[in-house]
Amino acid sequence: MIKTALLILTTSALLVGGQAVHADPARDKIIADLARAAGTTLSAQRGQAFFTGTHSGGKPDSPSCSTCHTKDMRKPGATRVGKPIDPMAVSVTRDRFTDPEKVAKWFKRNCNSVLGRECTATEQGDILTWLSSL
Amino acid sequence: MKTITTIVTSAALGLIFAGPLAAQKAGEALTKEECSACHLAYQAYFLPKRSWQAIMADLPNHFGEDASLPDADRAEIEAFLAAGAADRQGRNPRWLQAISQDVVPMRISELSWFTHEHGNRVKNRVAKDPAIGSISNCAACHKGAERGHYDDD
Ligand code: HEC
Repeated sequence: MIKTALLILTTSALLVGGQAVHADPARDKIIADLARAAGTTLSAQRGQAFFTGTHSGGKPDSPSCSTCHTKDMRKPGATRVGKPIDPMAVSVTRDRFTDPEKVAKWFKRNCNSVLGRECTATEQGDILTWLSSL
Repeated sequence: MKTITTIVTSAALGLIFAGPLAAQKAGEALTKEECSACHLAYQAYFLPKRSWQAIMADLPNHFGEDASLPDADRAEIEAFLAAGAADRQGRNPRWLQAISQDVVPMRISELSWFTHEHGNRVKNRVAKDPAIGSISNCAACHKGAERGHYDDD
């Protein structure tokens, strides 16, 4: 009982710190796990800068997360072939970041495409914190 | 007596076919789900087995993107694509005969029949309309592409 209360408190504290306003138990857990692995306070601002920024080291056709997801997270994106991608903002696409396997799969692929490496727990946590606040 | 034999035979045949059929159905569902996250799940008959094997062997470098998958999923999708490939069960369509055995075609959109049927008129249409995105977006023009219907143009 006390343990559960503590867990809820910790999670809420992390969420308040990260400004996640659209709560979902599965998504909250993914972000809380990343926060724990990161060992720092997550930052939506850093997440936005990383996501919309241009990177090097990855594949030439995808220098940014925004290459496919655009810079307006409330609008749909498109793959390089032209297939639409649902908006990343959690307020628009409600089931975003609720399946840990899906989240891990796409971070691995997309970070490798854009940066030529995996994203750190901090980077992943920052991004999800930002996207969950929109 | 005859009825019983029929029933027994059907049951036995059912058992023999149910395994592979179920596996094929699962392979099809997985293939559709994974491929269509980014693009139309192009039908397996558009490329020969050797092409699908080469594509599935290099998913981390998939036409300029990392599309890697857990190995079990990767293998299941490759098996499904190989089973339906252009050269499945000894078939050898004419367009494939024209490609040397030691050449591994990687892009459907570079096959000679494809470039022949999608001439400058189509290329201009794609170039002018950002919503189409690329010549690989079959469903932008062929509304039945997902079901393998391409005769509507
Ligand atoms: C080449 C196109 C492309 C690029 C570049 C790209 N993505 Fe994606 N991303 C996709 C597609 C396609 C999906 C899967 C479809 C969907 O979830 O709607 C996806 C899904 C995701 C998901 C999973 C969403 C969920 O609901 O679980 C995350 C997280 C993600 N991308 C993050 C990123 C990050 C971070 C970057 C930059 C490092 C990035 N993406 C760059 C195409 C791209």
